[in-house]
Amino acid sequence: MSTVDDNTTKSIASGCKPLIAGNPTFSSITQRITEIVELEVKKTPKAWFIAFSITSTMTMIMSAMIGWLLWEGTGVWGLQNPAGWGWAIVNFVFWVGIGHAGTLISAILFLFRQKWRTSINRFAEAMTIFAVICAGMFPGIHVGRAWVAYWMFPLPNQMSMWPNFRSPLLWDVFAVGTYFTVSCLFWYVGLIPDLATLRDRATNKIRKIIYGIFSLGWRGGNRQWQHYEKAYLILAGIATPLVLSVHTVVSFDFAVGVVPGWHTTIFPPYFVAGAIFSGFAMVMTLAVIARKIYNLEDFITLNHLECMNKIMLVTGTMVGYAYACEFFIAWYGGNIYEQSIFINRAKGPYSWAYWTMVTCNVIVPQLFWFKKFRRNVPWMFVASILINVGMWFERFVITVTSLSQDFLPSSWDYFVPTIFDIGIFIGSFGLFLTLFLLFLRFLPMIAIAEVKGVIPQADPHYYEHHDEEKH
Amino acid sequence: MSDKDKKIDGIIAEFSNPYELLKSAEKVRDAGYRKFDCHSPFPVHGLDAAMGLKPSKLGWFVAIGGATGGAVAILMQWWMSAVDYKVVTSGKPLFSFQAFVPITFELTILFSAFTVVFGMLIFNLLPRFNHPVFNSERFKKATDDSFFISLMANDPQFNSEKVKDFLKSIGGEHVEELIADE
Repeated sequence: MSTVDDNTTKSIASGCKPLIAGNPTFSSITQRITEIVELEVKKTPKAWFIAFSITSTMTMIMSAMIGWLLWEGTGVWGLQNPAGWGWAIVNFVFWVGIGHAGTLISAILFLFRQKWRTSINRFAEAMTIFAVICAGMFPGIHVGRAWVAYWMFPLPNQMSMWPNFRSPLLWDVFAVGTYFTVSCLFWYVGLIPDLATLRDRATNKIRKIIYGIFSLGWRGGNRQWQHYEKAYLILAGIATPLVLSVHTVVSFDFAVGVVPGWHTTIFPPYFVAGAIFSGFAMVMTLAVIARKIYNLEDFITLNHLECMNKIMLVTGTMVGYAYACEFFIAWYGGNIYEQSIFINRAKGPYSWAYWTMVTCNVIVPQLFWFKKFRRNVPWMFVASILINVGMWFERFVITVTSLSQDFLPSSWDYFVPTIFDIGIFIGSFGLFLTLFLLFLRFLPMIAIAEVKGVIPQADPHYYEHHDEEKH
Repeated sequence: MSDKDKKIDGIIAEFSNPYELLKSAEKVRDAGYRKFDCHSPFPVHGLDAAMGLKPSKLGWFVAIGGATGGAVAILMQWWMSAVDYKVVTSGKPLFSFQAFVPITFELTILFSAFTVVFGMLIFNLLPRFNHPVFNSERFKKATDDSFFISLMANDPQFNSEKVKDFLKSIGGEHVEELIADE
């Protein structure tokens, strides 16, 4: 044996911890993941039906409320002078942010060759798409006359008018639209080989036809894999700057305005870090529940969860730094309006929201410095929910504190949400979770082909080593 | 030569693991066959070289697609705001290209993404639902845990008996003729 072989042997024998626990084989991976999708309707877990009935009810209530909103106008919300942007914008930024983790996992971690991503990328990408659907809804209904929402697009019209391309709000239309489209394409490309697996296992005709059509006749030939892998790499390469640009453009909605507390150059990186932070928290919340209900602890191991906690620690700390930096610049910049808005954030009428935000986003993730907390499932579940509460409040603080106390003290007012603000926000969770539950039921929630590719048996050298042992 | 009226579309053989597949692919390549493919449930590293495939040219097409997207975005914004509907906003020039950067960037990405996906499908000749390999019942395992080499009848060297013997000699199991159902 040469030294090179020795090294290979060592890395295989001792190796790092296996990515997938429980000594999986190719067929056991196929079996474990597809059986969830292949269950007969009658055998669907009860918990799924209960959850689905709750989330779809929430969605229905939201739809009714949106109906009333469209009939009556945006006055049914707590919007007033001067806070003309309320929860709709807060929710929009919140949901777009949630989506960012999915693309980070599927694209950026792919470029960095982080193989642990294969266990979570599929449902993180699904989460992205559903979150962006929820996000896209809010600006749509916030325009008031939703039936002319198509004016946001540069479409020829009888008024011979074109949109204003210098407006960050229009940039947003393009950024979020592109983001949604690319996320769908990326997700679908990843699904093709797994849909082929479902097609080949299908026993009933309807399933055979549907999975057959959507798998496009995939046959796993290397002449196909070659282009497929190239396509996947390029998609990851273009999705990476895209995801960074999307929340950058979202932050321009604020930063390009002259309102104190918004008009700062730190917004783009600050928003991107916050988006990834909240998105990872949402992936964590969903992953902890899904792995428990579907017994997927071998696929989504404690090591995977620990990696995610590390990312939350990093991004949470970046967000904390951004909060501190904003205060520093408010003082150092010498602008009295800027200073007053920041003092008001910490000590004014919305200080309860500000300190909720700081506690959830800055203090909670700091516990992840300790391994004990990083590997404690109940704690990380609670932390992930707290982080999303905090991240929602971050957007609330940014939007509402700056608007309700603007340059003219005589126009100051206190923003109070109405039942329609609250109902539509809660209902958006219903929509998100309804879509997610349907995804869990009908599509493989873990990328089968990708997981097979990261187990040791997938590497041709694995067998070389075993041959030598026999001789 | 085989029976003419049987019309064999190709031959497939099964291999037990990625290593066998890789080694056999090299032997098929060295024997001079061209119209063959190696099927696996996940991409196997090293197969491109083992099969003698040239690198995918998809990237070049994506570069063209992306450049088109960027050009369309710039032209659209220039024509709409500086030619067809001239409105001065915030005292900026009509063609204020700095403000047009975000949309140009987004459309570059959008066009690239469409080129990637549709380009990949075109390169792979997909969707195609009637490929001869689907006539093999065993081939269903190609998306589960098995590895196959398929050798198509349109290969200039194709001779079904010789190919069957050859695939057996390099370790192929369940060597099977692909015959279309009538």
